[in-house]
Amino acid sequence: MRLRNLTLCIITVATILGMFLSCQSQEELDMRNYLSNGRSLYEVKCRNCHGEQGEGLGELAPPLTDSLSLKKKKKQLSCIIKNGLEGEIQVHGKVYNEKMPAFTELTDMEVAQLIVYITNSFGNSQGHYPYNRVTEDLKNCPSSAQL
Amino acid sequence: MRFSNLFFAMMVLFACAACRQPGKLPIYGPRDVAPGQTDTVYKTIPPFSFLNQDSVPLTQDAFKGKVYVADFFFTSCSSICPVMHRNMKTLYDAYKGNPDVLFLSHTIDEKYDKPSRLKKYAQKLGVDEKQWQFVWGPKKDVYSIAEKDYLVAVQEDSTARDGFVHQGWLVLIDPDKRIRGAYDGTLPEQTGKLKKDIATLLAEYKK
Repeated sequence: MRLRNLTLCIITVATILGMFLSCQSQEELDMRNYLSNGRSLYEVKCRNCHGEQGEGLGELAPPLTDSLSLKKKKKQLSCIIKNGLEGEIQVHGKVYNEKMPAFTELTDMEVAQLIVYITNSFGNSQGHYPYNRVTEDLKNCPSSAQL
Repeated sequence: MRFSNLFFAMMVLFACAACRQPGKLPIYGPRDVAPGQTDTVYKTIPPFSFLNQDSVPLTQDAFKGKVYVADFFFTSCSSICPVMHRNMKTLYDAYKGNPDVLFLSHTIDEKYDKPSRLKKYAQKLGVDEKQWQFVWGPKKDVYSIAEKDYLVAVQEDSTARDGFVHQGWLVLIDPDKRIRGAYDGTLPEQTGKLKKDIATLLAEYKK
């Protein structure tokens, strides 16, 4: 009886642990997919201005290496990518004031893939960002492109 | 048998040497022979006058006896211009301070890219020397010199994202105002080749 209980207990714990571990690896798998798609999208949509290594272009386009800024603005990134950006912003303590075009053609999934790629490259490492969070973020975009 | 092989090999070698003049770039564009003359007349860039980033007229005189790289762009361009100018900037940095090499960027956006706007753009790109000039001119003059003389296609197009379509050629002009090369400014490898060809061209004129 006691042995049976113990066995049951071990099986339960192992199952829960197994579920947890497989969940984690599913997220890792997702993130890997997002990263590779995000990279191709970055090359087509972003690299021209923001550069191969996210280094930016003079004072025309800000670098994407300011982890703190990216973290603070994480919830706004979807809106910025989708609707563009105008007005003054500060990155690495430097002021940038150019117009970023809107990429309205991107789906929520593609925006998420870009966010995952950018926030996990160029010295950033901020983990996964599933597309449903992008959908959520896009509901709260400011009416103008100004932030 | 062996001798004839050697002879053949030498013929091939001579043929190759004849068709390729080492250390000399080709001359592009239509050519002609002036009536009563025997010399070939090559296509040259005609005289021009545009306003530069300081609102000062810039004429062809500024490029007299110089090698220069010309291109066409506009400041609000988000497609190929940033990468063109990123690559052109590496050339500018490589030849910075060399009085024999100049750079000339023409805007194709007559309405928006006034000289003051060009000045700001240049500063933000990190260009503060007269060696790289950014010029503005009436649309018909700029478009005409682009297509007829530098052989670069430019066009206003309301269906394009930014309202213009144009080619990203960086055109290499020699001190005799002739076209000596055109390079895709969006590709780092092509820009690398241009960097070498500028040196080749400078060497050609040193002789």
